[in-house]
Amino acid sequence: MNLGNRRYIISGIFLLFGLIFIVRLFLLQVTTDHWKAKAAELTEEKLRIYPSRGLIYDRNGELLVANRAIYDIMVVPRKVQPFDTLALCSLTNLSYTELVEALQKAKRYSRHKASVVKKQLDPELYSRITERLHEFPGFYGQARSVRSYQQGIGSHILGEYAEANQRDLERDRYYRSGDYIGKSGIELTYETALRGKNGSKYVLVDVRNNIQESLSEGRYDTAAVQGADLHITIDADLQAFAELLMQNKRGSVVAIEPSTGEVLALVSSPGFDPNLLVGSNRGLNYAALQTDSMKPLYNRATQGLYRPGSIWKMVQSLVALEVGEITPETRIPCNRSIIGCHGSHSYDDLEGAIIHSCNPYFRDVMRRVVERKAESNRFKDARIGLADWAERIRKFGFGTDLGSDIHGIQVGNVPDPAYYDRIYGELRWAYSTIYSISIGEGELLINPLQMANLAAIIANRGEYFPPHIIRSIGADGKPNKFRTPVSTGVRPEHFETVVNAMEKVVAQDGGTASRARLKNITVCGKTGTVQNEPLPDHSVFIAFAPKDNPQIAISVYVEYSGFGGTWAAPIASLMIEQYLNDSIADPSKAQRIIDANFID
Amino acid sequence: MNLRAQRNIIRNLDWLTIGLYALLVLLGLFTIYSTNYQAESPHFFNFDADHGKQLMWIGICALICVVLLNTEGEFFIRFSVLSYVVVLIALILVLLIGKKVGGARSWFGVGSFGIQPSEFSKIAIAMFLSWFISRPSTKLKSFLARIQALLIIALPAGLILMQPDVGTLLVFSAYVFALYREGLSGNILIFGFGGVILAVISILSGASDVNYPFFGEQSGIYVFAIVLLAVGILALFGVRNFVLPRFRKTNYRVVIASMLLSIGFALAISTVIEDVLRPHQRERIYVLFGMEVDNPDADYNIRHAKAAIGSGGWTGKGFFNGPMTRYDFVPEQHTDFIFCTIGEEWGFLGSTLVVILFMVLILRIITLAERQRSQFSRVYGYCVASIFFMHVLINVGMVLGIAPVIGIPLPFFSYGGSSLLAFTVLLMIMVRLDAERFSVFR
Repeated sequence: MNLGNRRYIISGIFLLFGLIFIVRLFLLQVTTDHWKAKAAELTEEKLRIYPSRGLIYDRNGELLVANRAIYDIMVVPRKVQPFDTLALCSLTNLSYTELVEALQKAKRYSRHKASVVKKQLDPELYSRITERLHEFPGFYGQARSVRSYQQGIGSHILGEYAEANQRDLERDRYYRSGDYIGKSGIELTYETALRGKNGSKYVLVDVRNNIQESLSEGRYDTAAVQGADLHITIDADLQAFAELLMQNKRGSVVAIEPSTGEVLALVSSPGFDPNLLVGSNRGLNYAALQTDSMKPLYNRATQGLYRPGSIWKMVQSLVALEVGEITPETRIPCNRSIIGCHGSHSYDDLEGAIIHSCNPYFRDVMRRVVERKAESNRFKDARIGLADWAERIRKFGFGTDLGSDIHGIQVGNVPDPAYYDRIYGELRWAYSTIYSISIGEGELLINPLQMANLAAIIANRGEYFPPHIIRSIGADGKPNKFRTPVSTGVRPEHFETVVNAMEKVVAQDGGTASRARLKNITVCGKTGTVQNEPLPDHSVFIAFAPKDNPQIAISVYVEYSGFGGTWAAPIASLMIEQYLNDSIADPSKAQRIIDANFID
Repeated sequence: MNLRAQRNIIRNLDWLTIGLYALLVLLGLFTIYSTNYQAESPHFFNFDADHGKQLMWIGICALICVVLLNTEGEFFIRFSVLSYVVVLIALILVLLIGKKVGGARSWFGVGSFGIQPSEFSKIAIAMFLSWFISRPSTKLKSFLARIQALLIIALPAGLILMQPDVGTLLVFSAYVFALYREGLSGNILIFGFGGVILAVISILSGASDVNYPFFGEQSGIYVFAIVLLAVGILALFGVRNFVLPRFRKTNYRVVIASMLLSIGFALAISTVIEDVLRPHQRERIYVLFGMEVDNPDADYNIRHAKAAIGSGGWTGKGFFNGPMTRYDFVPEQHTDFIFCTIGEEWGFLGSTLVVILFMVLILRIITLAERQRSQFSRVYGYCVASIFFMHVLINVGMVLGIAPVIGIPLPFFSYGGSSLLAFTVLLMIMVRLDAERFSVFR
């Protein structure tokens, strides 16, 4: 055998493997992007650049909400290496079990994405930690911006800005675990405007997740867009005054500028200092507020549903006038055998009936609206009449959210035929079954915002602008939907009698709201008293002023305080005086309210 | 030797080999420089950094080259027996007083520098084997000579197994190519090839448990053993029916012997894998075959190595621009996994060039070996070529994920003085022997 030929066999084997390597290299490097993606996943990191959130100013440019920095300790489970747990615990004030639980939770959420280990460290504490944080691979500090409330007012309007929960994260991919999001109020409604737009920065990291350099000289980075500043319609001074007047009372105050629908003040009492829900004590404070039997977190002004009581008589008047079932001259005997009444009157016309709040009068007014005699069967007839009535009532905004930008409005209840069918059965009810709604009792439910809007409708003689809280978003003005008036379908001439009656309720000696009288300002108002046997009555008052060219419309609801004229009317009056005159002529009047306590 | 002969030597030096050597060493140096380049201290001549130390070793190697190229070939032949003995002693000593690094006792520590005797054992075996085969009295066809040749390899191999250093042990199979060239039966290659296939199937079938009737849960290797038995029996019937009667007896023997050998080999492989290897070694092998492993980080090294190379694309990310290798995602990125840096920073074109350069060098050495009149030089040449080949095969195969993770250096590229020195000596002895090819008649 010629052994020399074996040279070629050996060379062939060697070359074969060389070729296999080249093919393998080709398959790894050229034919697939899999490994490029893998390498990028390992070495490249996208950092989010958080813009600062928009500030919130009141209608006079006073700063209400600012930002301040706090720090979260974050962890990326994949990058954690064995570390001195006790050292980290003492550094962050976490207990060992808290730390272990936080790590397990983070692992469940994602191995690659960051989770929060310790929330909301003050800058002072964080600066102590930051020097040693590099000893714990996988952990880092994330600066967060939280809210700082300059005046401590308007907690229900401004709403909460807090850490996004699991549901928020699933609903919107924009947010990451630990990010903050508007939860309620303006913070929620205008979240997208306030938050701006996150920027991103791509960096190369080493195997211990230390940032080494920016990727491709920052070619793929995007700048963050600052959040837009908001100007809102609230008058901070008026809001603060209202909160002061409402202290130690349960109830609400809503003031609206009738000519624009701008909400000047919106108070739900008892309230709370919004600063309580920011920072490391948030959890404790939140729990305390949540378990408080007075429900301070609950916004009575938009979520509290009440029977309107006597203020409903104006609505009935206007609907009946528009339908043509009564005229201002219509007189109806005060027959107290079916429904009780108060005061000395026996045969009022419309104005007198409003001033005296005559129950039998309005029971009959609504009967005329509901029983049109379109059908001989009174059950069928009531259905037709009530359907028309309910539709007209809805045009006043009752049973709707008024097109407002205020978050979380409870729309209330305007009973219609379908509603009573559910309760009594079809054709099992007639007007005689349901007449208590004629005087604002029964199944009717409205909220204080709708009450204030009713005052604005009367002030405007028939139309309203959706009550809203936004004045401008950044450089843009308010959305157009708030500039368009909504008509109630009641012609302006029908308002004369109602407005005159409301003027006399306040101006007449012996009028139910004489406590609301003001020098030089013609206040038009109407009291209401909603019974809560055996507890004290709810005190209700709606008003607007001045009579001509009205600048403020207001509703005041004080729970369990008694007669409407005694408490609600003077509060409304003080609000009107403060807003129109910027001062209170008789401070003792205000002091009487401030000292009153209906909570204990 | 007179002056004229000396001049002839210089003229006869194979400058192609020397040039390839210099090119590979320089490429290696720059690759090491890239893996530990620091933007804060970019100095190339920083002798505290790895590339600085490597540069120093390259200087030492240059001196050694000059010395070796000026040493008469006869010296190497006479020195071969002694070097073999010295290496054997060193391998015994290192087991007794060596430094334990990474679980293997394979280093002599001298200050901050270490020397690995196993690196030099490759040279000594090559020289001693060449001396033994080229002895006029050695007839490689005789059984005794073959056993003696095997012993020459097996003695240091056994000592290295005790360190243990599996990588170097595998490299020793390179000598089989030299023996084959000198007349060892071609069956040795078929045995080798068949053995690899048997081993692969044994590993795959042995990894999973099978529920046997009567015996319950047992390793799947027995299925493979039964299959081998069945194939053997079928072959026996085949021999009875299709082979001429006068050849049947021999064929029966061959079939039965190979059947029993195969079954024994398969069972042995399986036993070694399941019971002898340490868990991390077993995992490496399973990972290689893409099998499920309990430890999620078992394939960490090879996954990152592949990501580094694969992310290089056609032309790579450029010098100093490989984040996978620069920022420590690839383990041992300046020693055993240095090919990753080439793949990541120079892409397909760069890494293919390196593979081709190695192939050219290896084939050039075979060419040099074939043109020798001296059998010593030829055997030695084949040993050199095969050693380089085995190193490239195992190292590059490992980082490409087609060979198990076994730590051996890539010649001239991997950081480390011992290996660079050893490869330099190995190669330069051959260059010097080649330069004398006209002046000797052995």
